[in-house]
Amino acid sequence: MCLAIPGKLIEIVQHPSGIRMGRANFGGIVKQVCLEYTPEAKVDDYVLVHVGFALSTIDQEEAMRTYDLLKEMSQLQELEVPEIREVTLGGP
Amino acid sequence: MKFLDEYRDEALAQKIVDEIRRVVTKPWVLMEVCGGQTHTIVKYGIDRLLPDEIELVHGPGCPVCVTPLEMIDKAHTIAQRPDVIFCSFGDMLRVPGSDADLLVLKSRGADIRVVYSPIDCLKIARANPEKKVVFFAIGFETTAPANAMSVWQARKQRINNFSILVSHVLVPPAIGSILQSPLNRVQGFLGPGHVCTIMGYREYEPIAERFRVPIVITGFEPTDILQGALMAIQQLEAGTHEVQNQYMRVVQRDGNSVAQSLVNEVFEVCDRKWRGVGSIPKSGYRLRHEFHEYDAELLFDVKEIDTQESSTCISGLVLRGVKKPQDCPAFGKQCTPEHPLGATMVSAEGACAAYYAYGRHLQATNAPRNS
Repeated sequence: MCLAIPGKLIEIVQHPSGIRMGRANFGGIVKQVCLEYTPEAKVDDYVLVHVGFALSTIDQEEAMRTYDLLKEMSQLQELEVPEIREVTLGGP
Repeated sequence: MKFLDEYRDEALAQKIVDEIRRVVTKPWVLMEVCGGQTHTIVKYGIDRLLPDEIELVHGPGCPVCVTPLEMIDKAHTIAQRPDVIFCSFGDMLRVPGSDADLLVLKSRGADIRVVYSPIDCLKIARANPEKKVVFFAIGFETTAPANAMSVWQARKQRINNFSILVSHVLVPPAIGSILQSPLNRVQGFLGPGHVCTIMGYREYEPIAERFRVPIVITGFEPTDILQGALMAIQQLEAGTHEVQNQYMRVVQRDGNSVAQSLVNEVFEVCDRKWRGVGSIPKSGYRLRHEFHEYDAELLFDVKEIDTQESSTCISGLVLRGVKKPQDCPAFGKQCTPEHPLGATMVSAEGACAAYYAYGRHLQATNAPRNS
């Protein structure tokens, strides 16, 4: 229910009713999105969309940083001493 | 980056699991708050990847599940009126009330429509001026801005044949209720990432402090959940109890202030009854007095409807993390997604429905984990 999906903003339009709307591409499916809560969102930004509303603009730098940290953690693990790896992989 | 596939990387997930195995020294019980997180955990078998010391229990964060049966009966009473077009998110359609579900009522002739967004109801209201269009406004803080906008726009655009049946609930009071229970087993939380996208996480800080529990605001993809669990376990092992943010790509400490502002203009905090749990003080939203003309509960005079739940169902204990679905004798037998007895079986995001969907009712209850 709290499902929210990242989509790439491809167009921003001012609806006749005055609502700031846009269209976002979700892996090939394009849907209308209300942008009233993300006044900062620009075309080409990724927005997180829930029931037709963009809830936030995804911080791409932060996303890269978190991902790189995880990757780095896995690289660091490669260097770990064999005893620890044996123990950690020895579960059922 | 597309912000989805990267967080489903199996090799990366295994590395985080290895790191969890490395840091854990004693048993810990973690609760993921959101139904969406529960679904990811069961779908990908994340609970079975974790070392035996770590138990994941499933929280109350499925709004379809916790919507009280009497509220569903109110919805059905309104939906059956010949002058009403009743609109709902798709996941409420198959939730049974005392008599039937919305799909059955539709087959009996009621005008029931599934909408993608509450804002779509305004178009339906404009196209059908002779009808009263009612939207079933359920959800947590994540959904409140969308529902608030529908009412705010209805007033702005002078659409007078639109109203909402409000059953909104809030996460922090539910976490407080779980932690105050003498039955509580939860030692750390994976916090609700999308709720916090709207609300931020300041209101979780006094909870973490008061109950001395770590709360890690967590996303919804497999590596998000594993990283959130790792951060919570690191805190438990170190004896700290802070609010941390794993989901930094979308959540900020103060949340979305534009959305909060409109939510506060349209809604006010009230006591709410949770299915399977009971009444929790200040745990929901209702429309403010200035918006009473959009309140379907008042317009259609259904306030007095009161319904009793099945007595065999243990969903209240499952929602609090005290019991697991397979602890219930009715699970997968008398109680299935087609014939749910209670809260946690009624939606795909409920713990019982997720366990059922991924075949856990077919497995021995004492099967070893991690196999």
